[in-house]
Amino acid sequence: MMLEVKDLSVAFHTEKGEFQAVDSISFTIDKGEILALVGESGAGKSVTAFSILQLLPYPQAFHPSGSILFHGREVLGARDADLRQIRGNKVTMIFQEPMTSLNPLHTVLKQVRESIIIHQGLSDRQATEKAFELFRIVQLPDIEKRPKAYPHELSGGQRQRVMIAMALANQPDLLIADEPTTALDVTIQAEILNLLKELRRKLGMGLLIITHDLTIVRKIADNCCIMKEGKIVERGPVARVFKSPEHEYTKMLLDSEPKGAPHATPSMDKPVLLADNLSVTFPIGKNLMGRPKSLLKAVDSVNIKIHEAETIGVVGESGSGKTTLALAALRLIRSRGSIVFLGGEIQGLKSRQVRPLRKKMQIVFQDPFGSLNPRFTIAQIIEEGLLAHKMVKDKVARRKLIAEVLEEVGIEPENMDRYPYEFSGGQRQRISIARALILKPELIILDEPTSSLDLSVQAQVLELLKKIQEKHRIAYLFISHDLKVVRSMSHSIVIMEKGKIVEYGPAEKVFTSPAHPYTQKLLEAALAFSEA
Amino acid sequence: MKPVKSKEKNLKPLNRTIPFRFMKLTPLTERRINNFRANRRAVWSFRILLVIFAVSLFSEFVANDRPIMVYFKGGLYFPVFISYPETEFGGTFQSAANYRDPYVQKLINNGGWALWPLIHFRFDTINLNLPQPAPSPPSLENPLGTDDQGRDLLAQIIYGLRVSLLFGFILTLISPVIGIAVGAAQGYFGGKVDLFFQRILEIYSSIPTLYVIIIIASIIPPQFWLLLFIFLLFEWVSFVGIVRAEFLRARNFDYVRAARALGVGHSTIMFRHILPNALASTLTYAPFILNGSIAGLASLDFLGFGLPTSEPSLGRLISQARGNLASPWIGLTTFFVLAILFSLLIFIGEGVRDAFDTRKML
Repeated sequence: MMLEVKDLSVAFHTEKGEFQAVDSISFTIDKGEILALVGESGAGKSVTAFSILQLLPYPQAFHPSGSILFHGREVLGARDADLRQIRGNKVTMIFQEPMTSLNPLHTVLKQVRESIIIHQGLSDRQATEKAFELFRIVQLPDIEKRPKAYPHELSGGQRQRVMIAMALANQPDLLIADEPTTALDVTIQAEILNLLKELRRKLGMGLLIITHDLTIVRKIADNCCIMKEGKIVERGPVARVFKSPEHEYTKMLLDSEPKGAPHATPSMDKPVLLADNLSVTFPIGKNLMGRPKSLLKAVDSVNIKIHEAETIGVVGESGSGKTTLALAALRLIRSRGSIVFLGGEIQGLKSRQVRPLRKKMQIVFQDPFGSLNPRFTIAQIIEEGLLAHKMVKDKVARRKLIAEVLEEVGIEPENMDRYPYEFSGGQRQRISIARALILKPELIILDEPTSSLDLSVQAQVLELLKKIQEKHRIAYLFISHDLKVVRSMSHSIVIMEKGKIVEYGPAEKVFTSPAHPYTQKLLEAALAFSEA
Repeated sequence: MKPVKSKEKNLKPLNRTIPFRFMKLTPLTERRINNFRANRRAVWSFRILLVIFAVSLFSEFVANDRPIMVYFKGGLYFPVFISYPETEFGGTFQSAANYRDPYVQKLINNGGWALWPLIHFRFDTINLNLPQPAPSPPSLENPLGTDDQGRDLLAQIIYGLRVSLLFGFILTLISPVIGIAVGAAQGYFGGKVDLFFQRILEIYSSIPTLYVIIIIASIIPPQFWLLLFIFLLFEWVSFVGIVRAEFLRARNFDYVRAARALGVGHSTIMFRHILPNALASTLTYAPFILNGSIAGLASLDFLGFGLPTSEPSLGRLISQARGNLASPWIGLTTFFVLAILFSLLIFIGEGVRDAFDTRKML
């Protein structure tokens, strides 16, 4: 056995006493094995990974029990000199965000070479050759042609490949990947996972993958451990765990994967929003006279029609113009083209004229932490729209209304005088929905409303959104990069690439028989392996 | 290195032992006050400055050439507030009593008693009983010595601090108001508005303040409020930059966008959502502005273009020190007073800055 974790516990000293993050867990990884640690945020996955490398903030962190044997040698409490032989050498790690893990001031070649020179003591030339070899292994042959490439000149996927190259430099026995693809687009995600799988086969190293994404587990891992609140609740071969889960929590997790269809049936004769030939351009660079050198078409002649109680799912990778489209449709940024909202043209209206219409069109943002003003109580946040439109003047009536809305989104109305920081991510997203809902809108734009939430929470929020739509017959413009979520929410699908709509049609048709090659590629990357 | 996830830890503020129960504090403010209190040096500097300011506010009761209270033949007199003729105490002159006159003192002591302040000099009182020609070194009577006019240094410092601090405080209170208004408009509306004001400000701020004041001072005799007004004309510019940056940043916050999507008006968004952020950075800057304006006033006084000679001033003490190099107590005293005052302000400034540091928030 290469790595044996036995009865490991991790606890932290905090101001409020001890906090146990990991509670006597055991697992093993053999050479060439891919093990996935699966769990929602706060389950203790990352802490477990960090304790293998002894990278926790000791002495605030400590291990009440357990042992970690790497090739039969105890890692817990090992001397620094011994640990350095393991860290970055026999056990290496890659992280979620490859941009912050690379030094922006040095070329990637230099950074890879550096780790080779430190650990292997090769000459400059040998190290350069070795680095190019690594770039070939991680399928980044371009670097050879432009050795002066800096991290910012590479895409997210390429940066993650550089990180993997650095991790592989010393032929590690074990590679720990902490959410390696979470920050990447689906198609690139698939490529990186394939690369990791291939590397395992070629180099025969063990791989510990930490993730919250069940799709990744299914795609890549041999075995998995399901973690919940610091404990491993279920373990076993991936195929078995996914097919016949034993523990309640595993069942619940698997059950939380988005599925189903929207509840409401749209009224196709009542259009809510009609965007015709809508374009948004940003100037790139300016010449001496202050004229833009070139224009970036973030949204390029887009036509969209949303009806009452209809959900249109907008899918695309980062930079495809999804969010820009949403902001333009609400006239929160400048655009060209026609926007007809509830039968009236709103493009060209003065902002004072748009304001009364604002209560009919609302938006829920992705980040539940950033979209609520931390200085306001929940009640203040929700009543802001009412006050702006001078809708309910009486304070008692207003509080009653707030209580009703909170109840509807599943927040105890007694909590309305508390501050956002006292709520979890999912609860905050419910509060954001309540803020939109209290104005009785006809259209809500949902900009990745669930992508920062845990799987089980995501399922609840999605269900809530469907129920609200059914009850109030609100039209949704649902933006997401997650095809499964979009599929379960939408009547129609819009696929965007580089600001253009490449495919637009009923959800089932787009998913079962995609016409555009880009759609096919997206679907392949995102969904194909989940059925495998 | 990615920090270990421990969101649970940050859910509650550290401790709620704040004596501000009379007003409702947001958790953010509460945490900031806690942060400030954690910096012991800043807290002590703040306390010391408060004491200094309080003492100097009541300068007349601490250092004066007349008693606070006189009991004379069954009647109570308050020379601090009211000027009494010498005849009131049985003297011969109709003019205001000179309580430092041994003759008057003797009269009062015969008929009752007098309660004197700690220091028996005002800033402009000339000690006529000096044992040697002025400037005279520190003695029991003049603990820090006197200047070349025979005026007590300690009394001058106490009065001078009051003028300096009041000048600084008023300036620091008013100039942000203008600065925030301009910066907020620039940052929030951005684009052409921003561009236009920014150019104007660049031209405006390249006017050398000191020269303008010197020129004005040569036409109109300067006094406290005039100097304050001139300083104000130039000081607010320094706030525009920070406030503008803060508004530029904040107008793209999700919660500001959300407010716009709700149909909230511009002024409401600026006041309710963005201003509190901008206030934080302004407040961080305030102690340093205070510092700068006190130093500015002192340098004007030093050059002789500042406050009229009838008013106490720290700056004039520096020029006294330069004129009397053989009397080191003048220079040393002024140096230490200014050094200590500026250090206190800088320490407080550091504390405030750290308290508002977002990286220390979590």
